[in-house]
Amino acid sequence: MLTNSFVLGAAAAHSGVNWGDIIFQLFMFIILMVLLKIFAWGPLMGIMKQREDHVAGEISAAEQSRVEAKKLLEEQRSLLKEARSEAQGLIENAKKQGDIQREEIIAVARTEAERIKESAKLEIEQQKEKAVAAIREQVASLSVLIASKVIEKELNAADQDKLINEYIQEAGEKR
Amino acid sequence: MHHEAPIVTFLGLQFNLANILMITIASAIVFLLAVLSTRRLAMKPTGMQNFMEWVMDFVKNIINSTMDWKDGGRFHILGITIIMYIFVSNMLGLPFSIVVDGVLWWKSPTADPAVTLTLATLIVGLSHYYGVKMKGAGAYGREFFKPFWFMFPIKIIEEFANTLTLGLRLYGNIYAGEILLSLLAAGLATGVGGTLAAALPMLVWQGFSVFVGAIQSFIFCMLTMVYLAHKVSSDH
Repeated sequence: MLTNSFVLGAAAAHSGVNWGDIIFQLFMFIILMVLLKIFAWGPLMGIMKQREDHVAGEISAAEQSRVEAKKLLEEQRSLLKEARSEAQGLIENAKKQGDIQREEIIAVARTEAERIKESAKLEIEQQKEKAVAAIREQVASLSVLIASKVIEKELNAADQDKLINEYIQEAGEKR
Repeated sequence: MHHEAPIVTFLGLQFNLANILMITIASAIVFLLAVLSTRRLAMKPTGMQNFMEWVMDFVKNIINSTMDWKDGGRFHILGITIIMYIFVSNMLGLPFSIVVDGVLWWKSPTADPAVTLTLATLIVGLSHYYGVKMKGAGAYGREFFKPFWFMFPIKIIEEFANTLTLGLRLYGNIYAGEILLSLLAAGLATGVGGTLAAALPMLVWQGFSVFVGAIQSFIFCMLTMVYLAHKVSSDH
């Protein structure tokens, strides 16, 4: 009984080959493969491919955005630098402008002061001249007065003639 | 210990109805497993989709280890189907067998040499087909005379040997496993003492058979790819 089971041919205790089984197995396997391809492996492979593409796409997108971000950063940095230098320039300019303005104001003030001083001097000079002239006039009249007083008192006739002549002569010489 | 096979003759062909039944069941299980686990496909895989993707990657690695993916990509579906079908077939006979009136109905379909040799012949046939298709008939024919012309008979014998070993290795492993299981179940487990004595070796052997079944399905798939690569690749 046992030995029977171990004999290869005795597995199916009949004569001949089960061609029906063979054909059926072949048929079933091919059908199974086709069905699985349509209903299971195909979609599964599709989704795996899709995921692969998705991952690849995400990676390239990330790479791209990284490059873009780098570019933007560079741009921002250069802009900032530009703005900074511009601000520096503005400050510099304003300073220069201020300096110039200051110089101008000072110069204007100086000339103004000079002018005022000059005019004051002139005024003073004029006043002085005027005063001197006035004094001279007064002195002249006074001296004439004094002279006339003195002359009235000490002048005799002879002397008076002589003096008059002198005067006349003098006057004649002068003119 | 010996069971009859339910054989009928139809259109002059002998059909073992048990084989027909088990082939159908194995195919249906593989189909349902695959389809149910790929119903809700998502970019972020969950549950069974993960498992199926793992199987796909596993087979992909097997193919990559034997040939270029450029050549081998077309065998991916064949490889997955083979490994799944043979694994499920190997497992079917493990938990129990059903015998009705001395006729064995439930068993592993791969415990029948007709079935395994059919698969092996299919594989070897496909290898020749793709050999001619991808390399051309001339290059395909010249392969038989390499490296020396007098190797030709050996090469011819090799093809048949490949077919036989591929089929019979699987058959032998699974059939032996089932024989031992049925011996343990029916031959030893007679009475309470026998049942108790048989329980432990039964458990051990079933566990070992799961391992053997998995290994055999892997080997079958691996050898399939090796034979295909042998015929398809031009550099070796």
